Amino acid sequence: MDVLTKNFSLYGKGFLGTVELTVYASVLALVLGFVMASCRVSPVGSFRVLGTVWVTVLRNTPLTLLFFAVLLGLPRFGLVLPFQLFAVIALGCYTSSFICEALRSGINTVPKGQGEAARSLGMTFGQTLSTVVLPQAFRSVIPPIGSTLIALAKNSAIAGAFSVTELLGTYKTLSELGYNIIWTFVWIAIGYLIITLFISAVFNVLEKRWGVAR
Amino acid sequence: MTAPLATESTALYDIPGPRTQQRHLVYGIISTILILALFGWLVHLLFDTDQFTAAKWRPFEYKGIQELLLRGLGNTLRAFAFASVLSIALGAVLAVGRLSDHRPLRWIATVLVEFFRAMPVLVMIFFIFVALKVQPLPALVAGLTLYNGSVLAEVFRTGVNSVERGQKEAAFSLGMRKTQVMTYVLVPQGIRAMLPTIISQLVVALKDTSLGYLITYEEFLHAGKLIASNLDYDLPFIPVVMVISPIYIGMCMLLSWFATWMARRQKRNPKTEAVDVAPAEPGTLLPGVQ
Repeated sequence: MDVLTKNFSLYGKGFLGTVELTVYASVLALVLGFVMASCRVSPVGSFRVLGTVWVTVLRNTPLTLLFFAVLLGLPRFGLVLPFQLFAVIALGCYTSSFICEALRSGINTVPKGQGEAARSLGMTFGQTLSTVVLPQAFRSVIPPIGSTLIALAKNSAIAGAFSVTELLGTYKTLSELGYNIIWTFVWIAIGYLIITLFISAVFNVLEKRWGVAR
Repeated sequence: MTAPLATESTALYDIPGPRTQQRHLVYGIISTILILALFGWLVHLLFDTDQFTAAKWRPFEYKGIQELLLRGLGNTLRAFAFASVLSIALGAVLAVGRLSDHRPLRWIATVLVEFFRAMPVLVMIFFIFVALKVQPLPALVAGLTLYNGSVLAEVFRTGVNSVERGQKEAAFSLGMRKTQVMTYVLVPQGIRAMLPTIISQLVVALKDTSLGYLITYEEFLHAGKLIASNLDYDLPFIPVVMVISPIYIGMCMLLSWFATWMARRQKRNPKTEAVDVAPAEPGTLLPGVQ
């Protein structure tokens, strides 16, 4: 118990680091995933190819390899950024491919007739998208996005091994200080549980509020 | 599911008329040029920072280095083989627990599955490696097994539960016991329907073997790191990445394609009539949502 109370600031810093990483990477992943999903359903062939390549490659890349390439590789091109930013880029790009797939299958669940009806009422593309297709797609997309973001929070642990401040990384300092290693890990585990359960709870609420089984 | 064809109407777009087709063609040409320009700029950047100089690529000609890479690849595949076999076994055990009629057994299995699914794999691997002082390979395999095993347990359970109710009822009304209903009727159909998901989960396991790099297991990435930090060859980091990543990504892609192919095949299989074949996606269900 005293592992936590005596090192509260260290744990707190690590916890906040993980939360920050998760939030920033989630935002990046959602934005990039949205862009790529719109590429994948666009009527222009080259965008579709771009989206497909992006998703297929990133989905099949081991995240450690991506971290390895981004954190140690990009500086060789003279691009020197703080490690945390690199970690956000790697995590965000990786997760964006999963978000993209979730969004795309969400759009595919909207029946064709909905779009046709909207267009036959004289709605423009923007109106069809914003008032008919996306609101319906959004409902069926909540659980998969939730799962993906939980996976993102868990994957952020890898950043700790590449010397970014986050929760898992705290074990090193603590074991050097001679604290009981098992309890150190118990508190780290609880920290991750708090984050994943929180995301899960948020998405359960969203699902209850807006979710529709299709 | 493939990308919708341009000639097909979707919820988003009508079937394009001749003028729209022409416009799309123009967009297509412009965007292709832009994308190719971006690609060209990246290649130029690679040349500009001297990534293609002979000195950086020479190490790959040496036998010792090739053997080092192959050994790393072998170690990666070995960890993957152990982890996948063990996690399928663990998944089966946990799924039996979750589907059990005995409440305590069910609770224990549920708690285990939910806990290991909510934990980052890396935390488990580090715990086993650092706190329990286990060798890198067993630590990696154990961590992967615990995580993928509990995900697979959920996959198996979903598969068994998704078999049409009539099948179970018919089997019970023939006088079969629960074990017989499970082994003869539900499990064969459920597993068949879940095969694509199971293989996709194995892709996750294969990708996660690269976590071994972080606990100094001598796998593929570790071999790459050794070569990349060699001063004699002018620190060939980018060449190493350019050699390693296609192999890694290619292996995962092959396995993913196998899963998709399996999904398509199983859909046509008359033996899966009573179950919906799951799409080839890793089974990461939202904790708490069934």
